[in-house]
Amino acid sequence: MFKLPVYMDNNSTTRTDPRVLEAMMPYFTEKFGNSASRNHAYGWETEEGVDLAREQVASIINASSKEIIFTSGATESNNLAIKGVAAMYKKKGNHIITASTEHKAVIDTCMRLERDGCTVTFLPVDKYGIVSPQQVADAITDKTIIVSIMAANNEIGTVHPMKEIGAICKAKGVLFHTDATQAVGKIPMDVEDMGIDLLSMTAHKMYGPKGVGALYVRRKDPRVRLDAMLDGGGHERGMRSGTLNVTGIVGMGMAAEICRKELHSESERLLKLRNRLHEGINSKLEDAYLNGHPIHRLPGNLNISFAFVEGEGLMMGIKDVAVSSGSACTSASLEPSYVLKALGLGDELAHSSIRFGLGRFNTEEEVDFVINDVVRAVNHLRDMSPLYEMHRQGIDLKTVQWAAH
Amino acid sequence: MAYSTKVLEHYNNPRNVGSFDKDDPMVGTGIVGAPECGDVMKLQIKVNPLTGLIEDAKFKTFGCGSAIASSSLATEWVKGKSLDAALGIRNTEIVEELALPPVKVHCSVLAEDAIKAAIKNLQDKQAHAPQTVNS
Repeated sequence: MFKLPVYMDNNSTTRTDPRVLEAMMPYFTEKFGNSASRNHAYGWETEEGVDLAREQVASIINASSKEIIFTSGATESNNLAIKGVAAMYKKKGNHIITASTEHKAVIDTCMRLERDGCTVTFLPVDKYGIVSPQQVADAITDKTIIVSIMAANNEIGTVHPMKEIGAICKAKGVLFHTDATQAVGKIPMDVEDMGIDLLSMTAHKMYGPKGVGALYVRRKDPRVRLDAMLDGGGHERGMRSGTLNVTGIVGMGMAAEICRKELHSESERLLKLRNRLHEGINSKLEDAYLNGHPIHRLPGNLNISFAFVEGEGLMMGIKDVAVSSGSACTSASLEPSYVLKALGLGDELAHSSIRFGLGRFNTEEEVDFVINDVVRAVNHLRDMSPLYEMHRQGIDLKTVQWAAH
Repeated sequence: MAYSTKVLEHYNNPRNVGSFDKDDPMVGTGIVGAPECGDVMKLQIKVNPLTGLIEDAKFKTFGCGSAIASSSLATEWVKGKSLDAALGIRNTEIVEELALPPVKVHCSVLAEDAIKAAIKNLQDKQAHAPQTVNS
């Protein structure tokens, strides 16, 4: 038997792998030195730990360890990359290109820069959530300094054609940043092959601890320069001052190492589990629609809209399953997910979505449990859904005049 | 966000789920809300022609747990009431009974609106109904 509720929200965060915790432990107790202390053994041994972690993190994206800047997480990395470039290259231009489905850490960063005088192009996506390389090419002007396109989407799991977008940026002489928070450790990421100049990542999405992340900053062809956001001791090649979070960094290194070694077998296992979940749901329920791309998606991500049922209400019905909903009925705005809306999804389907995030610790038994629980809850809610009733009577919901409140 | 015991209770055991024939002259149907807002409530009342009291009520709701609980409670409360008494039900009473948090107050407003819409539908229907002489 397994623990309830079943944790299937691994796109939000992941459990720290016991092997990661084990690697971190000594750095809380005996090896507590400041890695910047150059004059004694306490500093040297923690510096060694950080150096190893830097190698491990670099190697999962095929970078050199000198190109890794440790941060507090992907939000900071995204801020540092985009704001740092905007400030450093302002003489060259002020135009930024990104996608409408990016994480808020990118969107809100770009919107702040827009208020500060930059011009931002938010590219629309197709029905699967993809920005095409051609769209990027068409949007680049002589004022463009950076293109920021996420590697994989956090809600719908859609994976972007990194290599093609990278090639366009290279050809046009524009820096290419990617928020690879969801992708690193889940799908192969290679900054050389994909032509990536800056890459954001975080430890807690890959079975490492929360509160630590990294930014890859290319050192040659081209050498990327950033205006730092924090002033201080000049750590991390002057790009990120502040005493290093050694325990977190060591944990991130180990997490990356495990992901790199197990990536192939684990992504195959997750894909099988995801297909089992998807097919299990589809065989028992009608009108359950996949959001995101059917093939170009993270192996562990399944986002489904259960028509005629509201997402938050559904989550309440599956209290033994921990998942996320794209419906934000809890917020005052009642606005459903902007990512789902960007796909062109109707409001009722955007309000009906559930994101399942499968991870390293999920099992087949858990998947079967989730299938049954979800099917039961959806049927229960459809029995009391006026929309389902209208649908069964052959009424097209789009033609109904709603008395909106 | 944690739900109150009463919301959970109504969600798990909703009262009076279902539908009446909307063409029945003694049935009033109110449909309020919109799919894009994430809530649609359908509330129906059935009035006894002799007593004028609401003898039965049914609902169907698309929405979160609080919306389902609010409409379930509304059907319980209108039963046995005259139309005037049912019109007197306030959303604040629903908020209090279900211990709804501020972000869920709109669910109770919707339930109050649904009661009003159902009553109005019934009254419109009766006003426009052809006069028949009962023997």
